[in-house]
Amino acid sequence: MNFFVYSFTIWQREIIRFLRQRSRIIGTLGQPFLFWILLGSGFGTSFRLNGVELSEGYLEYFFPGILVMMILFTAIFSTFSIIEDRKMGFLQAVLVAPVPREAIILGHILGGATLSILQGVLFLCAAPIVGISLTLEVIGLSFLSMLVMSFALTSLGLIFAWKIESTQGFHSIMNLFLIPLWLMSGAVFPESSAHPIVGWFMKINPLTYGVTILRRSLYPLQNKMIEGLPETVTCWIVITCSTLIIFVIASLTAKKYQG
Amino acid sequence: MGKEYAIAIEGLSFCYGEQNALKNFSCNIEKGEIFALLGPNGGGKTTLFKILSTLLPIQKGNVKILDLELTKNPKEIRKFIGVVFQNPSIDLKLTVKENMTHYGRLFNIRGKTLRKRIEQNLEHFDLKDRQRELAENLSGGLRRRLELSKTLITEPKILLLDEPSTGLDPTIRIDFSTELKRLQKENGTTIVFTTHHIEEAERCDRVGIIHQGQLIAVGRPEELKKNIAQDVVVKIETKNPKKLKEEVLKKFHLDSTVATEYLIIHTSKNDESIHKFYESFSDQIQSITISQPSLEDVFVQKTGYQFKDLEEESKE
Repeated sequence: MNFFVYSFTIWQREIIRFLRQRSRIIGTLGQPFLFWILLGSGFGTSFRLNGVELSEGYLEYFFPGILVMMILFTAIFSTFSIIEDRKMGFLQAVLVAPVPREAIILGHILGGATLSILQGVLFLCAAPIVGISLTLEVIGLSFLSMLVMSFALTSLGLIFAWKIESTQGFHSIMNLFLIPLWLMSGAVFPESSAHPIVGWFMKINPLTYGVTILRRSLYPLQNKMIEGLPETVTCWIVITCSTLIIFVIASLTAKKYQG
Repeated sequence: MGKEYAIAIEGLSFCYGEQNALKNFSCNIEKGEIFALLGPNGGGKTTLFKILSTLLPIQKGNVKILDLELTKNPKEIRKFIGVVFQNPSIDLKLTVKENMTHYGRLFNIRGKTLRKRIEQNLEHFDLKDRQRELAENLSGGLRRRLELSKTLITEPKILLLDEPSTGLDPTIRIDFSTELKRLQKENGTTIVFTTHHIEEAERCDRVGIIHQGQLIAVGRPEELKKNIAQDVVVKIETKNPKKLKEEVLKKFHLDSTVATEYLIIHTSKNDESIHKFYESFSDQIQSITISQPSLEDVFVQKTGYQFKDLEEESKE
């Protein structure tokens, strides 16, 4: 029981901090929206999925991709907060409290996940613009898939956060690892049009399965947008297992951390 | 039955790679005392502090806190200790009260008990009027006060503080020290802090002097000073210290050191010449102070180094 009280208090702090940093709210909500509008309308109808033109063009294909980007960015910001906490001395105070490290990690992850979901749900309101009808089933399934992905991505960010000394150092990890992970997940382009090597990377990237679940959640009925994508069950197995493994690694890294 | 120790350190060594931060360090800290760990920066204080606060593992040696072995019971020990770090550990984006609530919950203090303790601490530390204010709006002194009050929410049996007065102006430093004394008196809290301010260590019950990872002296400040010599320090304020130096040497055969506007003489307590100084040079002397040797003199005697020189060296 105490375990969850500890996680709750860390979660609560994450949320309060987020709401008090206006620039962060604008950044995490505004940037993906801008990306979506600019890239979506920029590519417009020149984009073809498996040779077929989409009625709403790239804006429609990119929609789930931008939701995942939003989750990724929130995870990155949560990771920054651990690095900042360590620099400021706040983390040390948490580490000398009789709190299991797993509870600290869980609190941070749930904080990141809540913020992702809140933003994701807000962004989901734009779905009808690209012809996606927001039924309860669509909202529920999207919510669930965003939850799992935010859990996984925040955990992934935290693994690095315990090891990296500065936010500058984390920027290179972000650019060299996290952003490519997102680019090669089917969020930006489909596997069918990618170079075979990139296609191979996309197959082994667990995030591909997360993006697929989200895409399938948005299109519960047969649709050309989900044709040829991995099956839902396969996706859930891959993403759940990956999330658990990442969470365990994040907890172990935190346990080994010496302040 | 031996004495009950709050902290018992035996043969503690710690290395960072090939660099020894602590070498066979042994020291006992009694329950309910205020103990200062005095040493220049880079002497091993912070490493010891981190080990005691359970942040660094023990590589060699043994540490017992309230009779619990540190290596086996870090989680249990964390319940009894309160740690105030050199870097502020308050969240600037939270209010004063939120900082206290957050910290209390991490120690599993909840509901009525938490509310009561927060109320008491807010009142005691004069923070009640500012409880809803964000910590980032507080002055340096107030932030430090919040830091201490937040730590005390958990009513720790042992309070560990790393350089608590760093960055504080002298008035606040004295307030802080008075606060620690009150805690010791009213709650029987054992207080251990690291410092490189000699005058701060002088006010403690006992002081341990640390140099290059070793404990070179430990005891009550007055005992330590008594042990080194029977000397007293005579400080004479004068407009022309150089001229006075020559005259003192000529008349009393005493060597002295010139410092801007001062002449400093180390001499024996029973030396009658001290009493004759004023009579002989009354026209040149503006003021004269006779004082006991300080802990700095103890440090110099034990290590052969000037405390200030080592401080400068570590800064470089």
